[in-house]
Amino acid sequence: MTAALPSGAAGFLARYAALRDLLPGDPALRDAAAEAFRTAGLPGATQGRRPEAWKYTTLRPLADARFQSTAEDTNGGVPPAAMTALLARAPTLDAPRLVFVNGAYRADLSTPPALFARFADQPDFGTLTWPDREPLVALNTMLAADGALLDVLDDTDAGVVELVHLSTDGTAAHPRHCIRLGTNARLTLLDVAIGDGSYLHNPVTEVHVAAGATLTHARLQDESDRAYHLATTYAGVAGDATYDSFTLTLGGRVGRNEMHALLAAPRATAHLNAAQLLTGTQHADFTSVVRHDAPSCTSRQTVKNVLNGRARGVFQGRIEVARVAQKTDGYQMNQALLLSPDAEIDSKPELEIFADDVKCSHGATVGELDIEQLFYLKSRGIPDAEARAILVRAFLAEALDAVSQETVRAALEQSVERWWERQAA
Amino acid sequence: MPVVTETLDTVQSVTQSGYKWGFETHIEMDLAPKGLNEDIIRLISDRKQEPAWLLDWRLKAYAAWLKMEEPHWARVDHPKIDYQDLHYYAAPKKKQGPKSLDEVDPELLRTYEKLGIPLKERAILAGVDPGDAEEAARTPVAVDAVFDSVSVATTFRETLSKAGVIFCPISEAVRDYPDLVQQYLGSVVPVADNFYAALNSAVFTDGSFVFIPKGVRCPMELSTYFRINARSTGQFERTLIVAEEGSYVSYLEGCTAPMRDENQLHAAVVELVALDDAQIKYSTVQNWYPGDAEGRGGIYNFVTKRGACRGARSKISWTQVETGSAITWKYPSCVLQGEDSVGEFYSVAVTNNHQQADTGTKMIHLGRGSRSTIVSKGISAGHSNNTYRGLVRIAPQAAGARNFTQCDSLLIGDQCGAHTVPYIESRNRTAKVEHEATTSKIAEDQLFYCRQRGLSEEDAVGLIVNGFCKDVLKELPMEFAVEAQKLLAVSLEGSVG
Repeated sequence: MTAALPSGAAGFLARYAALRDLLPGDPALRDAAAEAFRTAGLPGATQGRRPEAWKYTTLRPLADARFQSTAEDTNGGVPPAAMTALLARAPTLDAPRLVFVNGAYRADLSTPPALFARFADQPDFGTLTWPDREPLVALNTMLAADGALLDVLDDTDAGVVELVHLSTDGTAAHPRHCIRLGTNARLTLLDVAIGDGSYLHNPVTEVHVAAGATLTHARLQDESDRAYHLATTYAGVAGDATYDSFTLTLGGRVGRNEMHALLAAPRATAHLNAAQLLTGTQHADFTSVVRHDAPSCTSRQTVKNVLNGRARGVFQGRIEVARVAQKTDGYQMNQALLLSPDAEIDSKPELEIFADDVKCSHGATVGELDIEQLFYLKSRGIPDAEARAILVRAFLAEALDAVSQETVRAALEQSVERWWERQAA
Repeated sequence: MPVVTETLDTVQSVTQSGYKWGFETHIEMDLAPKGLNEDIIRLISDRKQEPAWLLDWRLKAYAAWLKMEEPHWARVDHPKIDYQDLHYYAAPKKKQGPKSLDEVDPELLRTYEKLGIPLKERAILAGVDPGDAEEAARTPVAVDAVFDSVSVATTFRETLSKAGVIFCPISEAVRDYPDLVQQYLGSVVPVADNFYAALNSAVFTDGSFVFIPKGVRCPMELSTYFRINARSTGQFERTLIVAEEGSYVSYLEGCTAPMRDENQLHAAVVELVALDDAQIKYSTVQNWYPGDAEGRGGIYNFVTKRGACRGARSKISWTQVETGSAITWKYPSCVLQGEDSVGEFYSVAVTNNHQQADTGTKMIHLGRGSRSTIVSKGISAGHSNNTYRGLVRIAPQAAGARNFTQCDSLLIGDQCGAHTVPYIESRNRTAKVEHEATTSKIAEDQLFYCRQRGLSEEDAVGLIVNGFCKDVLKELPMEFAVEAQKLLAVSLEGSVG
């Protein structure tokens, strides 16, 4: 490692220049992505106007960050004991598990399901993403070295799969995942991100749900409080199919979850639910775009923020209804609870509607705990701190209830419990 | 059902006349050459016999404007505006500044007649004694009529001045009350606030100035009729309303414009200042020429309106009915600085044919206990696009602030668009913010109910739309409410069936 390693966007481009011929997949695609990334830079880190999609989140701190490595050179270098300790923090399900460390697959830590393949072996950049529009997708496309490919065959119930990504200090990982469900297939995926130290985790996940299929996609972002977690997901949903996602954000210094759901055929359904529990100086951004491109589709969104300390929560949600998408049913609810005097919420729920026979609505509320509810509990002898905890839990319960798969919901609830314990400590 | 009869009448009268207010008055114009540069600004300032500080202020704005870019974030689309191809000064030709109404050009008076300025004001314009006590007792309305860029007549000056109220063209205020103007002009909308506001600050030619002294309740509604008249003259009005401690004023602004083919730019600035316990109610009915059914022509309405609730318990209320203009870019806002100050925004925006409206409000909460209410009703028909864009910002010091926002959109036809872009930023946990938005079409069962009772489809739509907008229309002063109801029906004409 030389001391003169460039930082920020230049660092990533230099890395690409060094690794270009070693990376799997179509180099032309990567070159194009590199060009797009060179032009766009890291949102907020370059001079000039920040794009509207990044109004409330800046990657300015990344401009000075130097990441010494990507997957190839560190994977072997991480001590096994450290790995085991990190992995112990992931929920344990009675299910196949895929473990990635700093962006690379670790067979020794995994119990893979039959439907799994590695991106490193079968590089597939998918069809839904826009590297030329999304700087982080461009960055990922340029440097993706590995990732999980899950292919569920028609009429198959693949049960539950756990996908765990572990990061260690000073690394930058750009995993590329692709999940395809065949006609009438089913899968529940628990997607977990954990780590130690300061690092960047920049995954891109592409999801295809074929006709009649259902993907339940739960994400648990429990990264280190010095980490940058920037995840982008694109989901294409076919007729009568359902993409049911829930994102729980607990960790990260700067986090952003960007989700795009495309409802491409009649009666497709997307749920983009989320909860963010933030404290200290954490910043987490949940940005979603639901595109109704066919008639009679349904989208549902409940996003809750619980903000303590000097934390800043961001919600941006857009429902787009195309001219053809008559009988659209879209609903979006965003609620924030500010627990401390210095917390901040920025919320931007957008509707963009070009069809007339639609039912679309959104709501947003921001406030602190209801004083009357608090009084009620305290008048029944419950101490203040406990009464507050009860009310916050009740506030969160509504969001978590949206996770229908029980073992996954239990795992998420447990993580929330642990978050509480950390707050109390 | 009086509303139905009224709607029927209106639809009938309008279907026969097309754009009812589309006529053009021929008066000799005093035009400055086309284009914008320091010399033009000096010329405007010179013609207006302005003091040096105002010229400096204009030049500062112009220097800032040169460095600015047109805003591109709004959902509006128009060919590039050539700012050098506009006249920045046009004044109706006059002998000497008209001292009394008798000297007013009869052609102008006829224009007001066609505009439908209420009979009473026309009578006053024609020379009826304004001091008549009986006359004044009946809901008086004072009119500062603006014809193109120069105010030609102001009525009710006597009554107002008895109460200590100043209501005059801003150019006159610059001459007669320079200290007041200098103190407040640009204090709410700074010269370099945005592209259009900077342009306005550099070249504004006229507008109104209102000053309500301490403890005075303005004895009548103040009203200004704006009208764009000369071919290719941009209209750059500047309005400044100052309400001192404990005072109250209700201000009405209504517009119509003659039919024409080429797009016209209108970039007005309105500044309101409310001190302790003062209240300002600002109502607008905007009905400028929206362009024809194919989207040709029409006014570009790029307006900056902002009120500062400086004092404790002060209140500023914006009510607007926007049916006209090819493009509307307008966000009447409130800066709630005072403790327990109140901001309100009630809006109906109707777009039809190829109209584009991007409108909404900003409520900036700075004072403790400040409250705001936003009610916005957007109606899109034809090939139009209608966007609500709004900001609610709670600053860290605004403890106990409260906002409620309701945005509803109604779509008529499947070729139009309705968009909602609210921004909510809260940095105080004791603040409570609620936002609700819905988008829907006219319910089949409502329509069926009306049709079954013998209403035509168009009348039924008019009735339902009026009901949809009721929450906003009831905030309008009475005479405006009636006009607004008619306008709604007229604007949606041809959108069904």
